Amino acid sequence: MSPSGDVAVQQRDLILWSTFLMLLVIVPVIVLTFVFAWRYRAGNNDADYDPEWDHSTVLELLIWAVPLLIIIALGAMTWVSTHQLDPYRPLDRIDAQRQVPAGMEPLVIEVVAMDWKWLFLYPEQGIATLNEVAAPVDRPIRFKITSTTMMNSFFIPALAGQIYAMAGMETKLHAVINKEGVYEGFSANYSGAGFSDMRFKFHGLSESDFNDWVAKVHADGGALSRDAYRQLEQPSQNEPVQLYGEVEPGLYEAILNRCVEPGSLCMKDMMAIDMLGSQNMCGIGDGPRTLGKTPLETLGAPRSALN
Amino acid sequence: MFDQLDLTKLVFGRLTWESFPYHEPILVATFVAVALGGLALLALVTRYRLWGYLWNEWFTTIDHKKIGIMYMILGIIMLLRGFADAIMMRIQQAIAFNGSEGYLPPEHYDQIFTAHGVIMIFFVAMPLVTGLMNYVVPLQIGARDVAFPFLNNFSFWMTTSGAVLVMMSLFVGEFAKTGWLAYPPLSGILQSPDVGVDYYIWSLQIAGVGTLLSGVNLLVTIVKMRAPGMNMMKMPVFTWTSLCTNVLIVAAFPVLTAVLVLLSLDRYLGTAFFSNDLGGNSMMYINLIWIWGHPEVYILILPLFGVFSEVVSTYSSKRLFGYASMVYATVVITVLSYLVWLHHFFTMGSGASVNSFFGITTMIISIPTGAKIFNWLFTMYRGRIKFDVPMLWTLGFMVTFVIGGMTGVLLAVPPADFVLHNSLFLIAHFHNVIIGGVLFGLFAGITYWYPKAFGYKLDPFWGKCSFWFWLIGFYMAFMPLYVLGLMGVTRRMNHFDDPSLQIWFQIAALGAFLIALGIACFLIQLVVSYRRRESLRDTTGDPWNGRTLEWSTSSPPPAYNFAFTPQVHDTDAWWQMKQHGFQRPEDGYQAIHMPKNTGAGIILAGISTVLGFSLIWHMWLLSGVAFVALLAVAIGHTFNYKRDYYIPAEEVERVEAERTRMLADNV
Repeated sequence: MSPSGDVAVQQRDLILWSTFLMLLVIVPVIVLTFVFAWRYRAGNNDADYDPEWDHSTVLELLIWAVPLLIIIALGAMTWVSTHQLDPYRPLDRIDAQRQVPAGMEPLVIEVVAMDWKWLFLYPEQGIATLNEVAAPVDRPIRFKITSTTMMNSFFIPALAGQIYAMAGMETKLHAVINKEGVYEGFSANYSGAGFSDMRFKFHGLSESDFNDWVAKVHADGGALSRDAYRQLEQPSQNEPVQLYGEVEPGLYEAILNRCVEPGSLCMKDMMAIDMLGSQNMCGIGDGPRTLGKTPLETLGAPRSALN
Repeated sequence: MFDQLDLTKLVFGRLTWESFPYHEPILVATFVAVALGGLALLALVTRYRLWGYLWNEWFTTIDHKKIGIMYMILGIIMLLRGFADAIMMRIQQAIAFNGSEGYLPPEHYDQIFTAHGVIMIFFVAMPLVTGLMNYVVPLQIGARDVAFPFLNNFSFWMTTSGAVLVMMSLFVGEFAKTGWLAYPPLSGILQSPDVGVDYYIWSLQIAGVGTLLSGVNLLVTIVKMRAPGMNMMKMPVFTWTSLCTNVLIVAAFPVLTAVLVLLSLDRYLGTAFFSNDLGGNSMMYINLIWIWGHPEVYILILPLFGVFSEVVSTYSSKRLFGYASMVYATVVITVLSYLVWLHHFFTMGSGASVNSFFGITTMIISIPTGAKIFNWLFTMYRGRIKFDVPMLWTLGFMVTFVIGGMTGVLLAVPPADFVLHNSLFLIAHFHNVIIGGVLFGLFAGITYWYPKAFGYKLDPFWGKCSFWFWLIGFYMAFMPLYVLGLMGVTRRMNHFDDPSLQIWFQIAALGAFLIALGIACFLIQLVVSYRRRESLRDTTGDPWNGRTLEWSTSSPPPAYNFAFTPQVHDTDAWWQMKQHGFQRPEDGYQAIHMPKNTGAGIILAGISTVLGFSLIWHMWLLSGVAFVALLAVAIGHTFNYKRDYYIPAEEVERVEAERTRMLADNV
């Protein structure tokens, strides 16, 4: 509830407005409960007593209509805000006053939830980081999120709401940070023994600081090859921050499609085969599989068969 | 192929000496305490020669009243276990700060929060709710028993069998470390190769048989066995809400069974329904389990809405306001509860339109629920309210539940949920509705119908103590969690970095201790009331000036409930009979046809426990034997033709004359 990014600000405002709307009916109910309980207590003979009174059309209409009206208002608010704040929707504003300037592309960050740490890849910059992530202020960010095994939830409260990270699937989150600072990020979905320490810092940096940071990662970082990734994939807890100045091309795609292991068939290729209605088991058996070829090429089919 | 046969493995499966947690001091101490307590209990039962009594009068009984009471006992025992888990979690979270890991390592802590959720929902709330329905519904509709009395006994023992398996996991092996809904891939065989998830699966599957059958049973009872004159719109509200709950049980529990079958196929036979690879998809599990899971929360709360309706009207000495709108609200909630399951995972990445649809359907449920709250309010309006203990629980509920309802609707707004999902705000919300709604309702119901079941009222002093400790304890334990949730603290954390959060967890732990006092007061209340039973005696059968048919019988009611089937002319049938100067008939009794006790239920459930245990530990030989035995006993039972007997007219006359005398003595 202490947002520093435009999406989180809007989400907070929505929470406050919804609460206010509901208090319109909640407060009277609580007050009436106390008032009626006191006024019609058995000892109070001044109060009316009407043991057979059990129906009043006006009252009944009212008690259905009042919640209904509030829910209509809230429902409208929900429909609009859910579409407005859909995490998959690219941002069109940086904050309440500023639109996204024409031509400004979002910064793409690929997020991999691992057991039990976070890997961030920057395809544009060609770098990667473990348990630390940074972004320039006032530039929209597009997170592409997946996981190695467990279901986790990617959450930086000051920046924007959370979204699940699931293996073999990609979720997206669009957000922007408006204030420089260091913010908490963590997994918000329980994922096993190391879950409590699955935390990272999110740095909101000025444009130039961000460029310096990228340069530093390039200079100091090691290399993240497929082999290094497979080492990293082993479950571990409380991993310190690591920087990678060099990332093997196509690594994120391979993680997402569960084919980092040399010789394994990528999910998207398996699905392509399935779509053609093939009954073979080439994703499972020991048939000839070569990385880099499409499965159909592996099977000897011409590339045009895919189209 | 037999040269590789390993006899030890065939007999004991994966069970080895290492499976016993003798290196865990907390568990060893618990085991010693439980073992000593258990031995003492067995010794007492033997000393006072109670085995025959227990077997004949209770274990094999098909009397819905006794089965109802046994459900309540099961629920209260399991409440103690579930609450022990709760307080361990609260202490862990209150001390695990500033680098301290607390006293529970993750592998133990993760079992505790899983067990807490599973036990509280399946083995506390469900048995207590089922027990209440079992006891009250046949009496309210003027029936002599439920439609399928043997099934009722069988259902109870199957539920108990599931509870026994959960308890066993404490000392033999371990329980699941997955959270109470066991989401894959975490619950898959790759990530959880141990027995924990198998304990989870088989205890729920076995208990699920009981729940489903008892749902069918009560459903048929309400549809087919109402007293003449009681058409649907003259049914008491508690019976109405029970009807809707059992419709939900019958429609929802098979989904749980199916999804757990799929999960077991993944774990036992290597299928890939929910795996990450080979085309499996865990999102399917999450959808399916919530298609059961959301109706489940209404299964729990609806009967208690019925209890509150009965209590408000009785203690306000006034007809329930808006009976028809109460009934329609219940039915609307029943239907809508199937259209909201996706709100448990807005954050899984469904599109904005799908999320808004499920958000709005969820909000719509608050309309009939709001109408109900207003109906209770206007029942109090122009009433004469007596603040007996059940009424206190009801007032506590009305104030508390609307707060929980409000936070629930807030969570139904998808963009707000992105911030609050899986946070302690969510934890606070559902404890707010389950404690403030289900639990308060159960205590109201227990206090309200206790004199009916046992013939004496519960001591009001200790009841009030229990109420106030629970109420204040609840607010102290869960309001801090709302605050923490808004600060972005997530659930199921084992330890924390930020020292500024600690104070909130300490307040919450203190609240949990107040709740412990509330539970203690309740137990003391049971003992004190038993000892003071002569002065608390209810001789009339109608201690609260009640309105529905159960109050027309003696307390406790005779085995046959009603010597003559009552005629119903009004929603508040007994109230109307009293208004019109109803005279109890004192002669003309006839023999009454009743079902006969049978041990088949407890035997079948016992074998099921063995079967579940052997499947958990991969003891295939024992599984085979147990499965064959299960079939043999079940088939054998179908050849038991001695299922019924007649209570002779003289016996009925004797019992009724006794009642006449008691009424006359205490005018």
